[in-house]
Amino acid sequence: MIRVTLPAHLRTLAHVQGEVKLDVAEPATQRSVLDALEVNYPMLRGTIRDQATKERRAFVRFFACQEDLSNDSPDAPLPEAVVNGAEPLMIVGAMAGGA
Amino acid sequence: MSSVRVLVGTRKGAFVLTSDGARKQWDVSGPHFGGWEIYHLKGSPADPNRLYASQSSGWFGQVIQRSNDAGRTWETVGNKFAYEGAVGNHLWYDGTQRPWEFTRVWHLEPSLNDPDTVYAGIQDAALFRSTDGGQTWQELTGLRQHTSAPAWQPGAGGMCLHTILLDPKHPGRIFVAISAAGTFRSDDSGTSWQPVNRGLRSEQIPDPTAEVGHCVHRIAMHGSRPDVLFMQKHWDVMRSDDAGQTWREVSGNLPTDFGFPIDVHAHEPETIYVVPIKSDSEHYVPDGKLRVYRSRTGGHEWEALTEGLPQRNCYVNVLRDAMSVDGLDPCGVYFGTTGGQVYVSADAGNSWSAIVRDLPSVVSVEVQTLS
Repeated sequence: MIRVTLPAHLRTLAHVQGEVKLDVAEPATQRSVLDALEVNYPMLRGTIRDQATKERRAFVRFFACQEDLSNDSPDAPLPEAVVNGAEPLMIVGAMAGGA
Repeated sequence: MSSVRVLVGTRKGAFVLTSDGARKQWDVSGPHFGGWEIYHLKGSPADPNRLYASQSSGWFGQVIQRSNDAGRTWETVGNKFAYEGAVGNHLWYDGTQRPWEFTRVWHLEPSLNDPDTVYAGIQDAALFRSTDGGQTWQELTGLRQHTSAPAWQPGAGGMCLHTILLDPKHPGRIFVAISAAGTFRSDDSGTSWQPVNRGLRSEQIPDPTAEVGHCVHRIAMHGSRPDVLFMQKHWDVMRSDDAGQTWREVSGNLPTDFGFPIDVHAHEPETIYVVPIKSDSEHYVPDGKLRVYRSRTGGHEWEALTEGLPQRNCYVNVLRDAMSVDGLDPCGVYFGTTGGQVYVSADAGNSWSAIVRDLPSVVSVEVQTLS
């Protein structure tokens, strides 16, 4: 069971509170976690990554185990602590200012 | 008893303002979708409980919301706006060619007779249609694939398709306006398009009378007379009496003919409203005075409407989709400002009052007249 934290706006959009827990087949990757997330919460499609290219949106970041995984390959295995549920995969809205 | 529902889109959420037919006492609900930009929300003429909203964010992109109960509850629907076929290029600010790229939905226009059919005008400019209540969207490709499209260029706000007018008397006739390409008309439900910009003159473009390339800010029609169109162009207020084939200027005695919104009285097709703005580089009302201008002669002759509006130290703007009218008698006129005020006139513009004063910057205002 993989734990995922969402930024506040996406928790509101998905009607969830706290962490999201997902069953993801091994080897778990960013891509497989996001695939599972979008299957379970289709309203999040397009909000984290582009629906066609699957590229991460510019102002969305992925953190886990105190590491920035945002620029890792989406097919790279996630850290073991994320896979075994000890740590969450954190999906974060970038501190990008704005109006 | 009649009532009105005012749908307000702002930079930080949507608000719904309701009143009875007197339009004196108002209930305010919101923010809905707090923190998100709501470029536009609008109700279906065929089912006033069906609302559509365009919700977007620089972080999380585009979301489309739908309500089946007049805004009490909302559900997300489809947000995939995929250009069909070859994407192609358009002109960029620096004169180079640049591929079409989706940014956001500027305007949602529900069908006149089917609550599940709705049109979306997007940036980069294209027209999409859904026939399943917003669950899926299909591009009407004839517009973006028009032979003039490689010469279209973004205005300062982006290359947006911001106006969609559905002709109630000629089935299949649709008008759209694009900044900065101009006005286009389809007579076959969006399959093919022709630019309808003859008579427009824009000194800021290489060929001032070009068929395309004009920065049209907004067009409006009265449903009883859909061949008559009114336009607020970047500069100039224009009028067409032949469904856009030819245009003539009707700016007349306006203090400035730059502006964004234009709208038509619900019962008087020759009565129109604009809000003059100082200039294209100073986007606020001139002289610190917020004045709506009304023409009762279809243009040329304009009167300033000031009662109840601030006449000193006011420097707000009124954006292109931020004015609307209701269908009551006397006609109600509404507009929202970048300063967060939403004003109503329950007497066709003679006098005004603020429904709310401190919302986030207002992007759009639509009104539903309920019986």
